[in-house]
Amino acid sequence: MTKLVRLLPRISMQAFLMVSVCITIFPFVWVAMMGTHSRSEIYSSPPPFYFGTRLLENYEKLLEVMPFWTVLGNSLLVSVLGTIVTVLFCSMCAFGFFAYEFRGKNIVFGVMVASMMVPPVLTLIPFFLTVKFLGILDTHFALWFPTSANAMGIFLIRQYMVTSVSRDLLDAAKVDGASDLRIYWSVVLPLIKPVLATLAIIVFIALWNNFLTPLIVISSPEKYVLTLALRSLQSVANTPWGAVMLGTFMSMIPLLLAFLFFSKQMMAGLTAGAVKG
Amino acid sequence: MSITGSQIDGVAVATAPAARKRRLSKSLKKRLIPWLFISPFIILFLTFTLFPMLFSVYLSVHEWNPVAGLSSMEYVGLANYQLTLTDPWLWQSLYNTVWLAVVSGVPQHLLAIPVAYLLVTGLRGGLRHFYTAFMFIPYITSTVAVSLIFFSIYSANSGILNQMLLGLSDMPVFSWFFSWVPDVMPIRWLTSSDLLKPSIAMVVIWKYTGFNIVVYSAGFLTVSRDLYDAARVDGCNRWQQFWHVALPMIRPFVFFAVTLTIIGNLQLFEEPFVLTQAQSGGVAQAGLTASYYLYLVGWQWLEMGSAAAISWILFLFIAIATSVHFYFNGRKGLGEDR
Repeated sequence: MTKLVRLLPRISMQAFLMVSVCITIFPFVWVAMMGTHSRSEIYSSPPPFYFGTRLLENYEKLLEVMPFWTVLGNSLLVSVLGTIVTVLFCSMCAFGFFAYEFRGKNIVFGVMVASMMVPPVLTLIPFFLTVKFLGILDTHFALWFPTSANAMGIFLIRQYMVTSVSRDLLDAAKVDGASDLRIYWSVVLPLIKPVLATLAIIVFIALWNNFLTPLIVISSPEKYVLTLALRSLQSVANTPWGAVMLGTFMSMIPLLLAFLFFSKQMMAGLTAGAVKG
Repeated sequence: MSITGSQIDGVAVATAPAARKRRLSKSLKKRLIPWLFISPFIILFLTFTLFPMLFSVYLSVHEWNPVAGLSSMEYVGLANYQLTLTDPWLWQSLYNTVWLAVVSGVPQHLLAIPVAYLLVTGLRGGLRHFYTAFMFIPYITSTVAVSLIFFSIYSANSGILNQMLLGLSDMPVFSWFFSWVPDVMPIRWLTSSDLLKPSIAMVVIWKYTGFNIVVYSAGFLTVSRDLYDAARVDGCNRWQQFWHVALPMIRPFVFFAVTLTIIGNLQLFEEPFVLTQAQSGGVAQAGLTASYYLYLVGWQWLEMGSAAAISWILFLFIAIATSVHFYFNGRKGLGEDR
């Protein structure tokens, strides 16, 4: 009995944590279940809290109301292309700030840090107009390219370079006759792989989940990305909720799978700003 | 630049002027190389940030419908600001934004800090990772998907939330607390002006608390065991250890997380947008946040000039909120460099 009393705090803590985890994952279980029910089953009272048998019907219905695989392909294209180019551009710029002393460097760097404070909402309208002027409205290019050399990424990589690439190494490489490009590509990049992975994770997730930019830039349905296409289903008459829930669930699977295998890296990466202080 | 360099290399056959020219071009090349490396940032920053910002100042004193083309732009002075500031929807949206920022922001941290402390001090690495990983999942899923799911959970007649409340009112112990439920059914979470904002806030809390738990866990992990031991020797109980030892040590993390919450919450858009089915901010504009209003004015009503004025008002708003936060918490948060 006394043992039980002693254990009580531990037990109640575990119970509390289990309840929190249940609340956290409940919507995911819910969406997976609803994806297997028909519209009328979902609207019955009480709603069914078990897996149903209408998965295939919902899948067919989903393909009827939206070209799911095309849209998924669009999301993949934007996210993959954007991630690669962002990692390349940000590491280039970070290298420029890290490896050289030049006039105007402090000013540009200061402007860059200041630009991190500008809330994206402020530039939303003129951003839209710029995109329009450049003639890249309604293209996927406008979704990933404008943010591909962003201040946050450059800053993150530069900070990492400062702590993990020694200046002596750069000097040694220069003495050995390596060109600037070669120093960047073959000396520095291999040394900063961890931070490149971190940035890649952040950028991929941000692009995959982005909704606001596609909302204002993309107008033709065949160019929709997942977030935009799913949202637009809300306005379909007699919304086929089973199909929408199935689509929503399928749209989350890639990131959930990635998280299953790389949860440590993804958590560390996405909170990198905080942990570095 | 490399083209001119190689051209000169080709001509140079050790004649004196050519050599000088070559040296000159070499130093020029040397000076240009860093700029080449940072050129992606400079070009994209000028095109997509600086130019747009300056242009939005210009735009905010003009009236312009983008569909009609550039020639339809007309100078109107401060009329956009005047018009916007007298629009009751603007004030409604600012009120909603602040309300949501506070109500969805504060609980995140009040929940996350103790949970993170429990996780770090009470559990071993593997189990701790298991819990934090689960609680982190909402953060990596798209806000649109999450909002769609909650849209169905909140559904008045058949949503699982109302059904669960009904179920609780039937259960032996809980019925004490939930006896009021059958009288108010169906609860219209998303279609009554009183409940819309709390419903939105719940989604936001659900989505971001896990992120804060991970941040705070990282914070509590930096507190060394020796400090707790020393405090225990001095006679601190667990609560005092938390309040006097651990909490002051994670101040920089609190500062960071709160800053992110403020900036993020003041720009809240996707949750209210999806939960109100993109219909002008829901019942009585109860879910109209500032970003949402901006979107309506710019893209639904096609008044880009007014929308630009709104974005400056909103910017001022965010700037004030963050500087107040920096002023009161900044010295404590960033003062001591770890």
